[in-house]
Amino acid sequence: MTCGSVDDGKSTLIGRLLFDTKTILADTLTQISNTSKKRGMEAVDLSLLTDGLQAEREQGITIDVAYRYFSTGTRKYIIADAPGHEQYTRNMVTAASTANLAIILIDARRGVLTQTRRHSYLAHLVGIQHIVVAVNKMDLMNYDQAVYDKICADYLVFAKEIGLAQARDIRFIPMSALNGDMLVDRLENMPWYTGETLLEMLEDAPAADEEQNAEFRFPVQFVCRPHASADADLHDFRGFMGRIESGDIAVGDAVTVLPNGYQSKVKAIQIGDAQLKSAQTEQSVTILLEDEIDTSRGDMIVKTGSKIEPVKQIEAFVCWLSETPMSPARTYVIRHTTRESKAKIASIAYKVDVNTLEQQPATELKMNDIARINFKLAQPLMVDSYTQNRAIGAFIVIDESTNNTVGAGMIV
Amino acid sequence: MLNKKQKNHNPLSHLDWLEAEAIHILREVAGQCSNPVLLFSGGKDSLCILRLAEKAFRPGRFPFPLMHIDTGHNYQEVIDFRDQRAAELGERLIVRNVEDSMKRGTVVLKTSDEPRNKHQSVTLLEAIEEFGFDCCIGGARRDEEKARAKERIMSFRDEFGQWDPKNQRPELWSLYNARSHKGENIRAFPISNWTEMDVWQYIERENLQLPSIYFAHNRDIIMRGGAMMPANVKLADGEVINQPKAGEIVTNMQVRFRTVGDITCTAPVLSDADNVSKIVLETATTTITERGATRLDDQTSDASMEQRKKEGYF
Ligand SMILES: Nc1nc2c(ncn2[C@@H]2O[C@H](COP(=O)(O)OP(=O)(O)OP(=O)(O)O)[C@@H](O)[C@H]2O)c(=O)[nH]1
Ligand SMILES: [Mg+2]
Repeated sequence: MTCGSVDDGKSTLIGRLLFDTKTILADTLTQISNTSKKRGMEAVDLSLLTDGLQAEREQGITIDVAYRYFSTGTRKYIIADAPGHEQYTRNMVTAASTANLAIILIDARRGVLTQTRRHSYLAHLVGIQHIVVAVNKMDLMNYDQAVYDKICADYLVFAKEIGLAQARDIRFIPMSALNGDMLVDRLENMPWYTGETLLEMLEDAPAADEEQNAEFRFPVQFVCRPHASADADLHDFRGFMGRIESGDIAVGDAVTVLPNGYQSKVKAIQIGDAQLKSAQTEQSVTILLEDEIDTSRGDMIVKTGSKIEPVKQIEAFVCWLSETPMSPARTYVIRHTTRESKAKIASIAYKVDVNTLEQQPATELKMNDIARINFKLAQPLMVDSYTQNRAIGAFIVIDESTNNTVGAGMIV
Repeated sequence: MLNKKQKNHNPLSHLDWLEAEAIHILREVAGQCSNPVLLFSGGKDSLCILRLAEKAFRPGRFPFPLMHIDTGHNYQEVIDFRDQRAAELGERLIVRNVEDSMKRGTVVLKTSDEPRNKHQSVTLLEAIEEFGFDCCIGGARRDEEKARAKERIMSFRDEFGQWDPKNQRPELWSLYNARSHKGENIRAFPISNWTEMDVWQYIERENLQLPSIYFAHNRDIIMRGGAMMPANVKLADGEVINQPKAGEIVTNMQVRFRTVGDITCTAPVLSDADNVSKIVLETATTTITERGATRLDDQTSDASMEQRKKEGYF
């Protein structure tokens, strides 16, 4: 995904990347060049490739995430173009939550800004493994290496303070998204930079693998009981359907179903009518157990002996996404895996000031605030810490009066 | 206990990953919504979704009926195929007709030959109300169009069926929020992240049957509005549409359709790809987007899809 402050050139960068990798087809190019002309621009405005909404084009800004797809022959990419405006931070968080790599853009003329910090902090918080810091618009600074070096040094100081530099793989690159320097082609303007181009960095970054070593977690999404079927063999069929959020499982493994703690063994694993001996993270499968166990949506199947227990209190970092502030007096709904619970705020430990990283006391949360909060739950949840297991450590907060998603939570 | 050092994983292939994601989304709809429906047109995207639904729910029945909003201007082959596929699956198919909305007076055409695609929204909203559906599963993909590129996987619509692109629900991780109040609606798009290429590769891998018009065939064509239009198409009721106007020349050409939709606004492309693997090759080398040359309804203005979606279109 791309992120960073307003007008740093995120959308232009994606447009350029698509253009230089020949992903843009002729008719799309004609369309955007017509639109550019209509808007009185001399050159084709490549940001129009992702800024697809009327309101975005009128204002020349990104409002919501656009998803674009390209492949290089070796790899297929899903790129998300996030908005830089503070007002639309929640859309940046949407894009960040599923990203493996973030390109954080910095305008070479302006250096590290508040929004650069906020996005870096959020990227760190949601656990994006690979960070590419792209110092853009180098053409406007005479492609001066000193400018680049200074910005990189500034950024590193901040990245160390928030723990980003220690925990993640960070790379730096100078570029001009408008000209195409260092995206796909190196061009001649920055001979002093000998590192990889952006595309080379993307091609080299390992794909999502961080959860590969986590323990087996299988939240049940749906229970298949075709008892009314004419087929007598299916009379006792009871399949637990879901996606393996982490770890792997094989036929014969001993499992426990939470929160009740019933134990059994895996009798079969299926995808459609294909029978599997084993299955792994991210596969959507149907699991059959040896014993008849009362299990429904919201339960979680784990391997017997795994260290996970139902809890009725959780502590988490929450990013508030709604214009309506979070009120400690209200009850919210927490959706965690396939399970929901009513939740009350037991206490707000502190709020984080993204600029100073200071911890401040808080009694409510406004949009874009990040705070550490204790929740009391009506129903037990089976949780891991977010840093150990993203899928089992994440939740969303829902406001029942509007059904809106108002918060993003990461369990400590 | 699992040995934490153990590493015996092969990452899923891209198609397997997309498939697993789509199945997950379908099951979330089934788990969260009380009365969902699967929009099924007989087209390639919805045929992929049917296969995904089989993988998601068999040996059980689908936890939703299928529904087609028929403009009355669809190819007979596609309609026959639609009915045949629903029958093979043994699933319930609901058909609602734009022509009935016209009779009711809720759809008013400006001219009798105006494309009816955008009027599907009215009939769809009427059907949603008639059956009380709280979620419609659709085959839209983000790579199809720039407004679609912006849409969530679970996309909220208010009681007028409107999409508010400037104020979408945040959608985090794969924790989908398909909640709605009575009268409101969710549109769920399980193959949001698929490209046209992914769809064709999936069709090839799964050996899916498709209506014949997707493959190269000979057809009478006229040029209209800069696009190739199929000429003299006979509908089920005997009516012949897209008749050449004065000055329009009919030429027989070898073509195929990249998307199926209302006959009056869906154009074919020149092609000799008569099987799926040839289509995969053609898709890899094409210089024109799927809807670019083929959907006249997208070309009326720069933002026509966004406009239609705001009004309740899928
Ligand atoms: N000179 C120069 N201009 C650039 C470069 N990259 C982007 N721009 C210009 O900067 C302006 C903003 O670019 P966008 O790509 O829309 O910026 P953005 O970061 O996507 O903005 P938001 O999404 O609204 O936060 C446009 O006028 C671009 O043409 C660059 O490398 N050099
Ligand atoms: Mg932008």
